[in-house]
Amino acid sequence: MTIAPHRAVISGIGESRVGRVPGRSALQLQADAALAAAADAGIAFHDIDGLMTTPLRVERWNMPAGVVAHQLGLKPNYLSTVDLAGASGVAMISQAVQAIEAGLCHTVLCVAGQNLLSHKSRADAVKSMAEGGSAHPQFEVPYGPLVPSLYALIAQRHMHEFGTTPEQLAEVAVAIRQHAGLNPNAHKRDPLTIDDVLSSRMITTPLHVLDCAIVSDGAAAVIVTRQDRAQGHKTKPVYLHGQGFGLRHSHIGEHKDITTTGAVESGAAAFRSAGVTPADIDVAQIYDCFTITVIVELEDLGFCPKGEGGRFVEGGRIRPGGALPITTHGGLLSGGHPGLPGGFFHVVEAIRQLRGEAGQRQVPDAELALVHGNGGVASVHATLILGSQPHGRAP
Amino acid sequence: MSERPQPNPDPATAPYWTGASQRQLVMPQCEACEAFHFYPRTLCPHCGSQAIRWSPVSGFGSIYSMTVVHRAPSPAFEGLVPYVVGLVALDEGPHLMSNIVNCEPADVHIGQKVLATFLELSDGVALPVFEPIDKKSS
Repeated sequence: MTIAPHRAVISGIGESRVGRVPGRSALQLQADAALAAAADAGIAFHDIDGLMTTPLRVERWNMPAGVVAHQLGLKPNYLSTVDLAGASGVAMISQAVQAIEAGLCHTVLCVAGQNLLSHKSRADAVKSMAEGGSAHPQFEVPYGPLVPSLYALIAQRHMHEFGTTPEQLAEVAVAIRQHAGLNPNAHKRDPLTIDDVLSSRMITTPLHVLDCAIVSDGAAAVIVTRQDRAQGHKTKPVYLHGQGFGLRHSHIGEHKDITTTGAVESGAAAFRSAGVTPADIDVAQIYDCFTITVIVELEDLGFCPKGEGGRFVEGGRIRPGGALPITTHGGLLSGGHPGLPGGFFHVVEAIRQLRGEAGQRQVPDAELALVHGNGGVASVHATLILGSQPHGRAP
Repeated sequence: MSERPQPNPDPATAPYWTGASQRQLVMPQCEACEAFHFYPRTLCPHCGSQAIRWSPVSGFGSIYSMTVVHRAPSPAFEGLVPYVVGLVALDEGPHLMSNIVNCEPADVHIGQKVLATFLELSDGVALPVFEPIDKKSS
């Protein structure tokens, strides 16, 4: 394998404390994560010449990338605010790799996070999300849907078409909570049972409160750098093997086949560009804003046929030690969900697994990981395939 | 109690809300290919034409999906729980989100036939909502 002159690799990861982290601003949390990622990559901030971040809900910054770069004391040669809602974290890695391989910069800090839980009340967070754009301001918001209602519509239709059961939805929450229990930095770690989920408060049928993502504080960061600059670092580089994007609708009310999403296109493109198939994936970091999201994505990404997702997750398949462990840091359902940046933790976890540094939740010999991000209401989809080895992708 | 969120029409959507205020459900229809669509689009999603008119539709449809909301998103909806948010497939083709009203939430189900009616909001704006055609069919 020859080294392409500008090939990018992932050389550092970092997280702030995740959960309820009072007394720290969005920028302070981001700085915590960025410093950890730079230390992990063995670089100083002055080695960074590119910056990617996402918009936030708790701050209304003009050009967030400029604000974050300035606050961290960076003078980047390339910077971008990436906004694909929940898919932004995945998309930042894509853009960072493209910027480096185009020669625009050599070392990019991707950082995102906020104090969504501590900034305001949980009720305010729910209201701001309900009116924050996921629901169409004219044609949906006046009818009073929660963000969970928009996904509940998908769940109800999936149950109608394919016989998916509340127990199967609950299994997703139980499995992901088991992973979270093995992650010391996860927000919710107490074990759950199927009955716990089914007897938790009904929010919007068929989704109970434990079928829904939590609200958290936290930030994550990733360093992407040119391969020649990563040589000699103590950490193992991680390689981007494939990527894809997809979109079938903007708002859920205008999508006429809501049990199938743009993850079909993003997944197919990612697998095609990586030259691998779902059977080759050792660990999958699936976006999990709600339990139904996971079932639909597993189908659309090709891990099982359409309609089989409910049966696929049964029998411990996605739990620790299962045939396809998913969302092994605990995801948005249990690990932590600081809003729009939440999907970035899935990226960090994939890298950690590929480096063999996931501690008790390490998937043995993980060489190939899939990360999937979902933005809007199952609207925008972005998929990465990452590997611990450089092969599998044309230089 | 705070006020229910009101639609804020713009030039591309005003005919919809004008129609609703006159108790008429209207939908964007392409002048080139005659196909309906919804929500309003800048270009016809079927053929790409920019020539789009608003045409009355029957108001008949069926429930494509639904959820019973038990936790209000904001104080304006707290007095209404539990209520039904549904996706209605109109007989003419387009889908739209709405509330299913004048029935027991527990009786509402996918496939149920519904008909548009209108909910007068405080300032004269009317919101299209749907009710089961045969309330005993459930």
